Parts: sequence; C-alpha cells; structure tokens
Amino acid sequence: MNKRWLLLIPLVVFFVLLGFFLVGLDRDPRELPSTLIGKPAPAFTLPDLNAPEKMVSAQDFHGQVWLLNVWASWCVSCRAEHAVLVEFAKTNEVTIVGLNYKDKPTDAKTWLRQYGNPYAASPMDSDGRVGIDYGVYGAPETFLIDKNGVIQYKQIGPISEEALSETLIPKIRELKQR
Amino acid sequence: MIPEIGQFALILATLLMIVQGTLPLVGASKGISAWMALSRRTAQGAFFFMALAMGCLIYSFIVNDFSVLNVATNSNTKLPLAYRIAASWGSHEGSIMIWVFMLGLWSCAVSIFSKHLPEEMVARVLGVMGLVGTGLLLFLLLTSNPFDRIFPVPIEGRDLNPLLQDPGMVLHPPMLYMGYVGFSVAFAFAVAALLGGRLDATWARWSRPWTTLAWCFLTLGILIGSWWAYYELGWGGWWFWDPVENASLMPWLVGTALMHSLAVTEKRGTFKVWTVLLAICTFSLSLLGTFIVRSGVLTSVHAFATDPRRGMFILALLALVIGGSLVLFAFRAPRVGASGKFKLVSRESALLANNLLLTVACGTVLLGTLYPLFLDALKLGKISVGPPYFEAVFVPLMVPTIFLMGVGAVARWKEATLPDLWTRLRWALVVTVIVSVAIPFILGRTAPTSVALLALGFGMALWVATSAVVGFLDRIKHVGGSFSEKLARQPRSFWGMFVAHLGIAVFIVGVTVVKGFEAERDVKMTPGDTVSVGGYSFRFVGIEDHPGPNYQASRGTFELSKDDKVMRNLYPEKRKYFSFGMPMTEAAIDSGVFGDRYVSLGEPLNDGKQSWSVRVYHKPFVTWIWGGCILMTLGGLLALSDRRYRVNARREAGAVSWTSVKLEKA
Amino acid sequence: MSAGQEMTQETTVASSGGLKPRHKRFLWIIFGLVFIAAIVALILNAFGSNITYFYSPTDVTQDKVPHGRAFRIGGMVEGGSLVRDADGLTVHFKVTDTAQVVPVVYTGILPDLFAENKGVVAQGKLDEHGVFQATQVLAKHDENYVAPEVAAAMSAAQKEHVMETLKQ
Repeated sequence: MNKRWLLLIPLVVFFVLLGFFLVGLDRDPRELPSTLIGKPAPAFTLPDLNAPEKMVSAQDFHGQVWLLNVWASWCVSCRAEHAVLVEFAKTNEVTIVGLNYKDKPTDAKTWLRQYGNPYAASPMDSDGRVGIDYGVYGAPETFLIDKNGVIQYKQIGPISEEALSETLIPKIRELKQR
Repeated sequence: MIPEIGQFALILATLLMIVQGTLPLVGASKGISAWMALSRRTAQGAFFFMALAMGCLIYSFIVNDFSVLNVATNSNTKLPLAYRIAASWGSHEGSIMIWVFMLGLWSCAVSIFSKHLPEEMVARVLGVMGLVGTGLLLFLLLTSNPFDRIFPVPIEGRDLNPLLQDPGMVLHPPMLYMGYVGFSVAFAFAVAALLGGRLDATWARWSRPWTTLAWCFLTLGILIGSWWAYYELGWGGWWFWDPVENASLMPWLVGTALMHSLAVTEKRGTFKVWTVLLAICTFSLSLLGTFIVRSGVLTSVHAFATDPRRGMFILALLALVIGGSLVLFAFRAPRVGASGKFKLVSRESALLANNLLLTVACGTVLLGTLYPLFLDALKLGKISVGPPYFEAVFVPLMVPTIFLMGVGAVARWKEATLPDLWTRLRWALVVTVIVSVAIPFILGRTAPTSVALLALGFGMALWVATSAVVGFLDRIKHVGGSFSEKLARQPRSFWGMFVAHLGIAVFIVGVTVVKGFEAERDVKMTPGDTVSVGGYSFRFVGIEDHPGPNYQASRGTFELSKDDKVMRNLYPEKRKYFSFGMPMTEAAIDSGVFGDRYVSLGEPLNDGKQSWSVRVYHKPFVTWIWGGCILMTLGGLLALSDRRYRVNARREAGAVSWTSVKLEKA
Repeated sequence: MSAGQEMTQETTVASSGGLKPRHKRFLWIIFGLVFIAAIVALILNAFGSNITYFYSPTDVTQDKVPHGRAFRIGGMVEGGSLVRDADGLTVHFKVTDTAQVVPVVYTGILPDLFAENKGVVAQGKLDEHGVFQATQVLAKHDENYVAPEVAAAMSAAQKEHVMETLKQ
C-alpha cells in the first residue's frame, strides 16, 4: 500500500498557513476602523502658526487636492518624516497643510526654522480639538483630501519615501485627474 | 569607528555563512572531502565575526553612541548600565542580531563537539545551519541593520521601552532565543539525514543532547517571560495566552514531543519518520514564533515592531526553509526504512500517543492564535480569541497526556501487558484517587465544580508523582547493593527524567492551587486604610515621591500582616519614565514557598486625601509554577550530563563509519 | 542513491491479540476517526463560546452588535470624558471612532497605558440604556507611534537637549 501522500500533508498545511500570512501582512493590526475615509473632511478655522492674525480653514483649499499632515515638535517620528515632506514640497506636486497638533508655538517655530517648512499653512490646533474631529490618535498622521473636500486616504505614522512614492503620489495624481 | 567594524564583521560573517551553506553541502553530495572539510572552519569563522559584531553593538550601547540609530532609539544617558547592555537585544534589530549570533554559537558548538561524527554528516548539518544563517543575516543586513547611522547625531537618545527595563527582560530574550535557535541543530540533523538518506539510531543519538539542551533553554526562557509578565504587567497573571507567549509555547510542546520521540528512535529504532517530522516542525515553529513577533501580523502587548517589508522578507524565508524541508521530507522520508515492531500496549505506544497529543495541543494553540488572522484575511470580521478558548481546549488534551505520561514511564518497551501494568500501577492509582478526592474537602471546598477542578488538578499531579516513584522503585529493584549504591548506579539520564516529571507534578500543583484559591481585590485606599485578602492584611501607610535614575516614582508603603502580626513592609511603585512619559506599575511581592502576597498601585484618585486605587492579591503556591519549570530544566540538564554521551561518543566513532559505508552502498 | 531503490513499508504497530490484520486496521481507523471527531468537537465548542467580536462605535450606534453577548469595542477615549465615581474604582468614559460615541462604564483598575485621546479596546456587553458595561479594558500601545502625552512628560532638560541637537 502506498501511504506516501500522507507525507505531503505537512507541506499542504504549511502552504495554506503561508497564504493566510501573505494576506495578513497586508492588513494593519493597528488599524481601527476609520469611518472618515470617503467622508467630507471636518471643517476647521484656526490661527496660522507663522501669522497668528490670519485664520486658516479647510474651506481655503476647496477645489484642489491637498494633504493635511498632523505634526508636532515633540513628536520623534515626525522628525524622520519631515525631511521627506520638505523634499516633496519642493516638487510643488500638492499643497501640504501642517496641522500643528498640541504644540507650543515657540517650539513649533524653532522646529520649522531648523528643519525647513514644507507647509503652505500651519494651523495651530493647540488644544487638539480639530485633532479629535479628525480622529487623530497621535502624530504623525496624514490625510489626503480631494477637490471636493472628501478624505480619500489616511496615512498612520510617518510617511517614508517609499510610502510617498508608491502610495501617496500615485493617489494624488489620480485625484488630480478627476 | 566601532559600529563600522561591527558592520564589516557582519558582512564577513555573511560571506562565511554563504560558504558554509553551500560548499560543504555540494561536497557531501559529490564526495569532495576538501569542500566538506570547509564546514567546520567556516562555522567557527562566521561565529568569530558574529561575536565581534555583537561585541561592537554592545559596546556602542555601553558608550551610548547616539550616532547609531539603533542606540539613539533604544538608549539614553540616564539608562543604567545593565539595561544599556540589555537594550542591545531589546530592539527589533538587536533581537534579530542576537538570533543570528546564537545560530553562530550553536553551529560553532556543533563544529567543536562533533569530532566523532562522519565528515559528511558534519558537512551537511553545518551546511543546513549555514543556509538558515545566511537567510537571517541577509534579513538583518538588508532590512534591519543594527548599525545604521543617524545624522545629525542626537545628543540624547529616546530610551529603552520602560517595559523592558527589568532584570527579567535582560535574561528572557537570550534564553528564549537560545532555545528557538538551538532547535536548528535538531532540524539540521534531520535535514542532513534526509539528504544523506540515512536515518538510524545513531542519527537520533547525535541530535538528542542538542535537542535536550535547546529544550532546557526554551523552558527557562518561557519561565522567565512568564515571571516577568507576572510582576511587571501588574495584573498578577502568569500566562495570558497572548500570541507571543503562544509562539514560544508551540515549539516547546512539539520540542517536548521531539525529545521523547528521539529517545524512542535511539533506543528502539522506531518512529523515524515521525521524529524527523517533529524535528522539522519544532524549528519551523521557532521560526514562526520569530515571524509572528517581528512581522506584527498579530497585535499583542509584545509586538513592538511593525514593518510589512520585514514581514515579507521573513515570510519568504519561512517559505524557503520550512517549505523546502517539508518538500524534502515528503520525497525522502519513504526511504527511511522499516521500523522496529511493538505491541499496542507498550512504552512505545504510550510515547507515540503522547507525542500525538502534544502535537494536537500545539495545533489547537496555533489555530486559536491564528484564527483572528484567518477571519480577518477572509474579511469575516475582527475577532479575538481569549484565554477561555485555550483553557477549554488545552486542559482536556492534557488530562490523557498526563495519564499516559505515568503509564509510559512504567510500561516496558516493545510489549507490556495490561495485568502487569495494573499490578505495578495499582498503588499509585489508589493513592492518587483517594488523596485527590480528599484534598478539596480537607481544604474546605464543597461547591461541585470547585471540588472537581481541584480533584482533577491534584489527581494529575499525584499521578505523575506516584507513577514516577513506582518507576523509580522498579528500577532500583533489579540493581544490587545497598540503597545508596542502588541510587548511585542509576544513570543520570534516568534521574533527569525523574526530576523533570516531578517538575510537571509541581507545576500542576501550582496551577491548580492558584486557580482554586487565589484572591484578588481592587480597592480605593486612603492612608491608614486596611484591606484583607486570603487571611493577610495590607495597611496603606502612605505614598511618597521616590526618584529613580531615569524615572520618577510614587512609592507606596504597605504594611503586610497576618493575625495582627506585622510581617514586613511592601513598596509598590508607579513609575513615570522621563523619556516615554507613560506610567509603569511596579508591583511589590512578598514571595514565599507557599505563595505570594502581591500589591500594585492603580492610580491616584486626586481627592485631596492621597487616596489611590490599589490592587491586592494572595497567590497561594504560585511559586510552584516556576519551581516546576526549574525542575524540568534541571531534569534536562541532568539527562545531558549522562556519561554515556561522553563514553558512547568515543566508542561510536568506529562503528558509525562502518554503518555509513554500508548505507552508502545500499 | 537511485530513485528505483527498494521501498520498505513502515509498520508502526504490529497485530495485537488474535485479530486479523484487516479487522485491526478497521479498528484503528475507527479509533482515529473518533479521536479526530473528539478534537474537532472540543475546538468547535471552545470557539463557539469563547470568541469575542470586535466592533466600532459606529457599529454600536447602528445596532450591528450582538445583544446579551460579550464583544469588544475599539476607538479612542474621548478627551475630557473620563469621570470617576466616589468609590474611586468605577470609571465612566466615552469611546469614539470620530463619527460616533459610545459611553463605557468600568469598575476596576485601568491599565497603565489608558489615557484620554488614546486608543483603547474594551470588552463587555451593551446594557439596555446603550451603555457599554466593560469587564476588561485594554490600552493600545505602539512604539513608533507617539502620542501627545509623551511631550508633557519629557523633562525640560531633555527637551533642551533635543533642541540643541536640532540646532546643530
């Protein structure tokens, strides 16, 4: 009697497992169901960091594709992301708005002086109220908002060069086409 | 400079590993002895460079070289020296680094202690280890370089995660990884045997001590991890069925099966195919454990690193190593040859049944751990599988396992008869049943479920202990001399089994009593208040600030007393680490042979009276859980020190080369 | 070694007693099936009663959640929503996914990482008033993901260090 097929069972079981892992890797276990994607970006009107007498609001960017980047000077991961954003801003691909989250204006200004300022505007969300509207859990987080003011994508954690070139830029270009 | 040396050493180690993983294997299949001879030198060379790289990393941490990204993110000028050293393996990069370092260590050890093995076998074993090592070194260099620089150089580092700033965490990862990686030796022997087409008793004898040693490390590693979770997480639990804990339990279960299966293969020449499969599975599960923790595919309190690119790399590595070896297994295992015969009632079948049960238990743990992933991958919703699932499945499987453990230790090889087993085990059975039924009532329990659980727990523990004693008495009956001479004549391997099995009994007692009698209270306490639990009183004396090297603590003082007699003061802390800002609970534990008194601070209630929420526990016999694990480890070490490994090793050298010649011709 | 080598049959268990081989094989198959059935029953039973589903506050408000059965909700603890009862152990807070909010009650000691405006997972049941009665609260934590509270806790000295670094 030939029982050799029995010996293939472990292999088959393993490949089934492997398949699940492959799918599982694509999924982010940190991700909490976000209900904001596909919904209009919450409105805000906040003073600008560099010109506090001027108010910045979400409405200002209506009609264009823009990024809302949540950052703060206390945020270690933002530092890594910042260099990427500064480079990206030079390409003028898209308007980047920096929501300065729960920060002190002096610290934030020092940060921008030292690291460069990629932001078209930096609304100051000192008490984090707007952050709550946007469901911000921490910094950095970045929202991609389309011409109609609808959130199309949300990046949790720092934007790496890869995330920028492989995910964000293609999405931005696609949204600009629409 | 030093980090560059480390980086360079790592690259050299990789190159040597590539040589170690290729030429000796080719040499072994083509019979080129010069290529085969390379295996030992390259293994030792690779280890030298890996040790150098590890040394450079540790040095960078000791001097706090913040120009190294890994140091900058995991160390801090205020971090004490011991934790700076531990931080070397606290991060993702560091933990992979120590993983490959240990692989180097094990293969170097194999190259030194395998003088008596045929050249071809050594070449294959080291070759397989070289291939595994190459994969992980490439992973390290390409996706997780521990020596990456950062510019501009920060003046201060981010600090080590406070959860890891603990003596238990200094030891836990190295021990665990020694165990995980140690199973690569058994794996390499199994794959080498499949490649060479030679699976016989000598193969089992060679890989046995390595397997036992790896198992000892793993046991110790799990023990330390459990102990750490017990006092550091402040929940007083010792096992959470957390995916990462499960990841270490699975190789342990299958590794335990492997250890016993190897014993049968060596002594009786049976179970060969099964043993090879277990060897492959044990190491595969160790790799899987690394994958689960490091890929962040499952969340848990431990998953500190999440990066899909790394996950892809490890996944590819898993596919190659595990998939490759299973393919080899499927095609080569049929050639393994006939097994020795044995009857239904025999020590072999008891061991085989237990092997199966341990493997099934591992399978259920794997299923429970990955089930949320399966459902999510199939978009059937997000779920979590809690400890009740694992308890509901694991315990029923362990009951027959424990029963057969007692039988297997007493039954004869090849053929045993039921009447004979009955004669020998009846006293053990009678004692077990009477005592385990009596204990719950003596301890004052009358509720049916509570009585049943206690009786079951004590029954299992007593059964293991009494049957071990029966087996012991059986053995010394046939040996001449006085009682002490009889004891002295038993081989260390027997003592090893005896002690390890007693360890299981001690462990079960610990688990049973903690489950049945632990008492817990969450209370609000104002200085001067007293709370009693399990017959002990905790009086909250007060709270004061207490500065630490890199944290600020609120330290509570609790006066522990029993029957109005003050025993001692306990000082639980709530720490706030400067760099992370998150609070950390440091429980204070009064530990004793018969249990722990445990107090941890919740949070200040800001009512102006210095009130705090406080959690107090009485954990009777909890120390037995870890005591049992220590006994198991000791048992493994005793078995390792058996003189036959040294004597046989020498004697075998001649015999083995003859067998290999015979098999070459076959 | 060549592939045409003689194959040897693996015999694990020899015949026991006076049973004919065919009967013996039959017995083994029966035994194996019973064993497998027992394991499967065990697992299904354990899964059936011990799996907890995970829902968002939106699911809760849209009534997509099971009634009378424990489940988990996840979201962020709404800022300023944490209220403690006089007993010091019962806490009330609100979990939000930014679209909807669910009130939660929990009695006991909260985990170290629990804080307002931070991620949280609570396990429990929804009562008839729409309040989530939590039996367990887990705080989420991720090393690479910094929350604002980190800043507040950073000592002034360290902050200066960082600033100096930036100036370099």
